[in-house]
Amino acid sequence: MRRAITTITPARGRNVELVLTALAIGVVILAYVNVSVAESGEVPPDLLGHTGILAGIALAVHLVLRWRASYADPIILPIATLLNGIGLVMIHRLDLAAGRDFSSGLALRQLIWTGLGVGIALVVLVALRDHRVLRRYTYTAGLAALVFIALPLTPLGHSVYGAKIWIKLGAFTFQPAEIAKILLAIFFAGYLVQTRDMLALAGRKVLGMTFPRGRDLGPLVIAWLAAAMVLVLENDFGTTLLIFGLFVAMLYVATERISWVVLGLGLAAGGALIVHQFASHVQTRVLCWTDTFSEEGMQQCGQLATGIMGMAAGGISGTGLGRGRPWLTPLPESDFIFTSLAEELGLIGIFAIIMLYALLVERGMRSAIGLRDGFGKLLATGLTFVLAIQVFVVIGGVTRVIPLTGLTLPFVAYGGSSLLTNWTLIAILLRISDHARRPEPEFDPASMDAPTQVVKAR
Amino acid sequence: MSELTVTVLRLGLLVLLWVFVMSIASVLRTDLFGTRVVNRRPAAPKKANRAAAAPEATTPRPQRNPRVPTQIVLTTGPLTGTSLPLRDSGVLIGRNPECTLVLDDEFASGRHARILRAEDGWYVEDLGSTNGTFVGQYRVGDPVPVETGTAIRIGRTVIELRN
Repeated sequence: MRRAITTITPARGRNVELVLTALAIGVVILAYVNVSVAESGEVPPDLLGHTGILAGIALAVHLVLRWRASYADPIILPIATLLNGIGLVMIHRLDLAAGRDFSSGLALRQLIWTGLGVGIALVVLVALRDHRVLRRYTYTAGLAALVFIALPLTPLGHSVYGAKIWIKLGAFTFQPAEIAKILLAIFFAGYLVQTRDMLALAGRKVLGMTFPRGRDLGPLVIAWLAAAMVLVLENDFGTTLLIFGLFVAMLYVATERISWVVLGLGLAAGGALIVHQFASHVQTRVLCWTDTFSEEGMQQCGQLATGIMGMAAGGISGTGLGRGRPWLTPLPESDFIFTSLAEELGLIGIFAIIMLYALLVERGMRSAIGLRDGFGKLLATGLTFVLAIQVFVVIGGVTRVIPLTGLTLPFVAYGGSSLLTNWTLIAILLRISDHARRPEPEFDPASMDAPTQVVKAR
Repeated sequence: MSELTVTVLRLGLLVLLWVFVMSIASVLRTDLFGTRVVNRRPAAPKKANRAAAAPEATTPRPQRNPRVPTQIVLTTGPLTGTSLPLRDSGVLIGRNPECTLVLDDEFASGRHARILRAEDGWYVEDLGSTNGTFVGQYRVGDPVPVETGTAIRIGRTVIELRN
């Protein structure tokens, strides 16, 4: 049978997005009702008010997307809304457990940060009409990222739990390294799109793999040193992993050379070994990871053990929101929100959440594939990897796959800087996906015959 | 509130979470099957279908002629195997990301050539490329008519018109 294959122009998907966002809000409402029923035995009187704010925020993004990025991916917004909402409900639930009511609790602050983050995201969506503009700021972004990472070392710095990653401006504390994630993704994308041919083609062949030349190794070494600097001076293992993982992933995507991954992992392992020898806090981390339930492990980082116990208590279907005891773990609303959720939603619920992250990452990668410009491809990949590595490092940390480090679960964990950054990241991803899915403009033969316009170089 | 309601609420949340995941998955299906395979054999109903489904195809199409190409396929070069439909608006070929067919070929110019539609069929035209566009042995200058089976060579890439 003869067959023809026609490509389908992608549907805009804005209506699908609206329906899915409504469904996401529905899930959040049900979760909120669950908490309230467990706490006081009745449906909360302020149900519509509180969830209405979140719904309003999501609707605002949706309307701006209709207005400015009508081909943007329809799945990104609902997932972000749901994750953010579930996080809010969990934080609210922990507020209640700690005896704080809504008006004085962390949930309200998280909601305000959500509003702020979405506000910034909307500005980005409206102001950034074309992601390729960002390529002009490649080196500016790289420099800014370094400055942001180094800021906590200046007198502005502010240390919490031994990690010197905050800066304090008046009453505000902020983690500048969060912003640096996006800036670094822009820098790496801009840098690699220029140099990837050289990185991919030049080199010696050893064991069937093409290894890059020494001089091309320079940037990798610099990234490694910067990451190590952050680790040693700021005691921030999570960001180190993130920066290095991002760089290796983007190098691999840009060059298709497995040798970069081998080299990257080798350097990371070497660096980790060296730091392990000299830094006692890293030794503690490793001890907690390998031998959590030993006497010393329990003493040094009992929260890891309690978190795991909490997840075990939740079992397959969970205790139900508001019915577990997640507050027994220290930091249940930020670093350990994953175990809090796992305890109360169970394996079934937490896998749904992991699934949502996986889908979000898939959408980012899909946008990268759909794009036609190299910079955009790399940028989308980079931003997606920022999300994916965060999720991996956090979940891997609390489930003892890797040593526990201090990153935040995107959208879910309590923390203003993280929320702001992740919403901005989502805005850029939405902009990129709009580009990727927009059907190519019909080629107009008349424009070819028009005299060439002279454009000034800068 | 009764224990039953509480259990229903608790399990309902998990179910709704997964309903959400599944509905996203069902939206994604359109993404997995980004191309639609249609049978060509039943010609008559197909035509009616197309008229109904694609109102933009109102420009009178010439009778299906096996010599009139409908798609282009890359047969040699870095992008071998790529195919794309010939649109009435023409196909711009080159290394520039704006092009309809973006070549990954060092011997191609930014805007290398275009395949365009005239009243009496398809033509290929060189757009002042450095290394030239070849149909058979001949370097293309002014538009040259092409039909199914014609191979156009650009740099290391050979593009064939197919029906």
